Amino acid sequence: MTMTERGLGRITGMLFALLASTGIHGARAADAPDGQYLTRAADCEVCHTRPGGTPFAGGRAFAIPGMGVIYSPNITADRQAGIGAWTDDQFVKAVRDGVSPGWKHLYPAMPYRDYAYMTPDEVKAIRAYLATLPSSAARPPENTLKFPFSIRSAMIFWNLVNGPASSHPDDPAHTPSWNRGRYLVEGPGHCAECHSPRTFTMGVSTTNAYAGADVGGWRAYNITSSKTDGIGAWSADDLATYLSTGHADGHGSASGDMGDVVSHSLRFLTRQDIGAMVEYLRDIPARSSTDGAPPAVTQPTATHDQADSHGAMLYAGACAGCHLPDGSGRQNPVASIAGARTTLGAANGQNLLQVLTHGSALQTATGTAAMPAFHGGYSDQDVADIANFVMHHFARSSTTVSAADVAKAKTASAPE
Amino acid sequence: MLTLQINGKSVEVDVDPDTPLLWVLRDVLGMTGTKYGCGTAECGVCTVHVDGRPVRSCSLPVGLIGPRKAIITIEGLQADPVAAAVRKAWLDIDVVQCGYCQPGQIMAAIALLKKIPNPTDEQIEAGMSGNLCRCGTYMRIRAAIRNVAAAQGATP
Amino acid sequence: MTSKRISSPALRRRQVLGGAGAFVLAAILPAGRSRGAGMLVEDATASFAPNAYIRIGSDNIVTMILPNIEMGQGIYTSSVMLMAEELGIDPQSVRIEAAPPGGGAEITGGSTSSMTEWMPLRQAGAAARTMLQQAAAARWSCAPGACVAQDGYILGPTGQRLSYGELAADAANLPVPKDVVLKTPAQFRLIGRPMHRLDSQVKVDGQAMFGIDVQVPGQKVGAVAACPVIGGHVGHVDTQAALKIRGVVAVLQIDDAVCVVADHYWAARKGLAALDVQWVEGPNATVDTQAIYRQLEGGLSSSAILADHHGDAQQAITQAHGRYSATYRQPLLAHATMEPINCTIHVRPDGCDIWTGTQVAERARDTTAEVTGLPKDRIRLHSQYIGGGFGRRLEHEYVTQAARFGRQVSHPLKIIWSREEDITRDRFRPAYLDHLEAGLDERGYITGLTHRIVGPAVVARWEPSGLGANGYDDDLSVGTVITPYTYPAYRLEFARREPPGVITAWWRGVGGTRGLFVVEGFIDELAQRAGVDPVAYRREMVRNNPRALAVLERVARESGWGTPLPPNCGRGVALQFAFGSYLATVAEIEMAGPHDVRIRRVTCAVDCGQVINPDQIAAQIEGGLIFGFSAALYNEITLEKGRVQQDNFHTWRVMRMNEAPGRIDVHLIESTESPGGIGETGTAAAAPALANAMAAVQKRRYRFLPLLSPLNQPSGHEKEQQG
Repeated sequence: MTMTERGLGRITGMLFALLASTGIHGARAADAPDGQYLTRAADCEVCHTRPGGTPFAGGRAFAIPGMGVIYSPNITADRQAGIGAWTDDQFVKAVRDGVSPGWKHLYPAMPYRDYAYMTPDEVKAIRAYLATLPSSAARPPENTLKFPFSIRSAMIFWNLVNGPASSHPDDPAHTPSWNRGRYLVEGPGHCAECHSPRTFTMGVSTTNAYAGADVGGWRAYNITSSKTDGIGAWSADDLATYLSTGHADGHGSASGDMGDVVSHSLRFLTRQDIGAMVEYLRDIPARSSTDGAPPAVTQPTATHDQADSHGAMLYAGACAGCHLPDGSGRQNPVASIAGARTTLGAANGQNLLQVLTHGSALQTATGTAAMPAFHGGYSDQDVADIANFVMHHFARSSTTVSAADVAKAKTASAPE
Repeated sequence: MLTLQINGKSVEVDVDPDTPLLWVLRDVLGMTGTKYGCGTAECGVCTVHVDGRPVRSCSLPVGLIGPRKAIITIEGLQADPVAAAVRKAWLDIDVVQCGYCQPGQIMAAIALLKKIPNPTDEQIEAGMSGNLCRCGTYMRIRAAIRNVAAAQGATP
Repeated sequence: MTSKRISSPALRRRQVLGGAGAFVLAAILPAGRSRGAGMLVEDATASFAPNAYIRIGSDNIVTMILPNIEMGQGIYTSSVMLMAEELGIDPQSVRIEAAPPGGGAEITGGSTSSMTEWMPLRQAGAAARTMLQQAAAARWSCAPGACVAQDGYILGPTGQRLSYGELAADAANLPVPKDVVLKTPAQFRLIGRPMHRLDSQVKVDGQAMFGIDVQVPGQKVGAVAACPVIGGHVGHVDTQAALKIRGVVAVLQIDDAVCVVADHYWAARKGLAALDVQWVEGPNATVDTQAIYRQLEGGLSSSAILADHHGDAQQAITQAHGRYSATYRQPLLAHATMEPINCTIHVRPDGCDIWTGTQVAERARDTTAEVTGLPKDRIRLHSQYIGGGFGRRLEHEYVTQAARFGRQVSHPLKIIWSREEDITRDRFRPAYLDHLEAGLDERGYITGLTHRIVGPAVVARWEPSGLGANGYDDDLSVGTVITPYTYPAYRLEFARREPPGVITAWWRGVGGTRGLFVVEGFIDELAQRAGVDPVAYRREMVRNNPRALAVLERVARESGWGTPLPPNCGRGVALQFAFGSYLATVAEIEMAGPHDVRIRRVTCAVDCGQVINPDQIAAQIEGGLIFGFSAALYNEITLEKGRVQQDNFHTWRVMRMNEAPGRIDVHLIESTESPGGIGETGTAAAAPALANAMAAVQKRRYRFLPLLSPLNQPSGHEKEQQG
């Protein structure tokens, strides 16, 4: 029996037309820009919302290695705490150039370099949409930045080196769909911000774009077309399903920041737009990375690991309730983890430990598919034993993690 | 309206698709044999069968099921010979104490024995360790499952 | 708790329920739900009602009204056995009904059920049988003594035969005899022989009605959230988003909690998630676990209550050949019964019905009377099967809460606490610190023992009249003062400390569980210090206590004590006299590493006096051990900023089947002593037997619970003092 047959009503088949289909005319939509759609495509909500806070009221913390902690601002329509008093042009300048009213340079956690792909009219549409939402007087905490980054004007020099690019006309050598995909990926989607390594000045690497990076304790995997290190071996359907639902059988589920991206952004995009993104992503030149040896999917067998190891026992009790011994997902396809890079020991088990110690919550069409954080009731050694069992069980991976790695993972996530 | 196949009958329920099957069973259809314990698929007291697989109904949104999957609950086992054997084994050695987790334990045991008629102790533990019992009836659950397996082995 | 505070059920005539009771029953039974064996009935209006417990109708249906509530301990089965034994009927033919408030035991708990029922229920059965015999004798004009009761019939001297139903009306006119003759143990046909539980069938069929399963026509379901900090209250509530959720009908508030009411629980949960509540957290918002432990540590050197003493223990220690002391620590513990807290209530202007599982039906009724302003006799409480008690349902605050929400609506309201609410708003087994010091003779045996307990007095809140005049809570005597050992000199002190930010409560085997971990651990340490085998050391200590000696010898023999074991394996022993029963336990374990504990085998020998249903003794010990092992290995409630940090089974870990012992063997020692309690003995034995086994394997002592706490690691906090 194949995994797909065994699954419970897998997320309905999404067969995406990959080449230009009706409705795509290149990067820009033909009609007037849709503010809500663009706000979602640009994934503004995740970064501008404190966990549990009012949407867009800011306050989410970002630990920037070497720089300090910055907090996202309130972008609701409140006139004091938010952006209610800004003019449209001021908003456009902030989003596209990283310069907010009073010539305050925004820190590069705000992907204005990417957002410059959007036209001023599109950015204004975002603003118009934000203005329709409930406002909040909440003020985020003060940033705690190290010198010289504590001086905002330092950003002027940062921008000279890493700063906003100019406009991005469609490339006539490619299909309209490809151009739309590039716009979504490079522009509002700002995928490179996490998936590309950073240069020594913390700018996004262009020479090694999309070859994977460490972000807040997680590994944002290589998403170039490399068949071994990237997503080159994924089918277009799998990639599209993953982007729009956060899950594809044989590839696991999105969690951590990627789970948030799916939950708040990608799942709202049209089939055509997802297809366009897939087309562009699959065309990104293959780059190798240090994400670890390519994961080898192996069907778990009864004999290849010790059924009575401590990790196996813990897995049978604490994990199999959702993931089943063969990793196929018991009640929700999102819980199907077999084949996922994370369970196969990629990035030295880093993401596996992140999921185990911080849990996961993916918004789907049928509610939140959540996994609790297990470190509370299980010791660091217990969690390490579970992780080691999982990596060996699903991939015969020789990667192992220690209790110390678990302790590190517990604290190594982005502060909230 | 969503259509579900429950214990051989087609039923229509008017709930949001994110509603877990558990609450449709208990609060919409009045079938309270399936219990609520954790809501997070950690304890197994809500176990039902969907196409023969033991699933935690507290974490299964009804919108994911569809009209053709066969849902079987503790109330729907009258004609099932394995269920009869399991219940008999449970009664013979007085497994139950407070009894709250037992519908889930029994559903898990039936699914296990249908898949593996003569399980090893390791297979019993792998199949049953997702089901918590606070009274601590594990010793007898194990023994009851062994007894069913032995009886089935004797009369194939 | 100890047995003395539990009042015996009085043999008083129970108020006969009106028609409404029967109506309600019909209403709550879904179509197709049978009234098979084990279903609780609530309509026992019968012609013959000789006492509070037995109803016999002319239709030959015998109904027994059971004073103690069933929560898994098998009390319904043993209660019926006691009455059926004397009445002369087949227990399987009996219908069962839970006693209403005032009609049974005030409280079910403390492993006292069998102790308190042993005489009254047999007397009730014997009284009914005597009256039936008298009624038959009158019909046949013979001597009552010539009539024999058997299997539901009275048999006459010349072959006459009348069923109990046929005699019920006549018997009802006879006076209830004051003195009845009970069967001698030699005449028992049921007592002492294994009998299948009467509640098994309905529980394996999924038909048993637990409180959470109650469905009353017109009921709505409420999801509750109380202030996450004890002592806090509701501040501002924005109901707008919650009321938009499909199915949500209302948002109710009381001072410290909110309840979203909906057509079904999922809608209520979604409504609760959407509800914007600002809590005013109050003074406990700064409490953390360390504050609680620091407070206990202060009690180690402060003034204290002298709880018990004989001889001059301090002098004995001063003059002893050697001295040894140790400090033990135990955490706050949650109950986490599999059935989360719930209560269904229908408050009307003229009365109120409550459907719930409670160990304290009278208290629950009385508090509802206070909240609703209704007279007690207008409040009916319908006891349901309890999906796990363990002391949790000796609290009834959830019934009070349901009444406070329920009085705000006209329809029946079922409140369900989510698992998260159930754990975070539990009332916890207290944390304790114990310090013991022993004076030792040349051979290493005790010449004098001082023991200081630092912790709260649970009884002071729960039943203030139970607190001793000197401020002592004698629940703490279990395992300490009440012990199989006799010490030449002894002194028990209690430094009372009530922890901030939590409410402490009973838990399975409270006094025994806490006391035995400490005392049996300490005695094991003394044996180790003396270089004496732990069983031999205890044998010497109980050589004048034959019942204790018998269980110890038996467990040593049955467990293979002293026989060789594979590497990384070890055994630990615990001996106890608690809840009126003697128990000796040997745990045999394997530890592949300091975090990996496998319990290979547990052996128990028990003398719990006269046994009613022997197989259920074994079942209770098996389950009690696993409950105790689970807590001993994994569990500790911690607080941060006044909030409980554990909330579901990934943070409140419960032992699973693949972690449970490979086998448990329970050996019963025949006894004619009065029945002792059994439901909590296994739980009390678990931690000391396991800790002593772990100490044997790891060659270091385990003085902190949970046992896998880093504090028990070599680098952890461990101090020893030897002289």
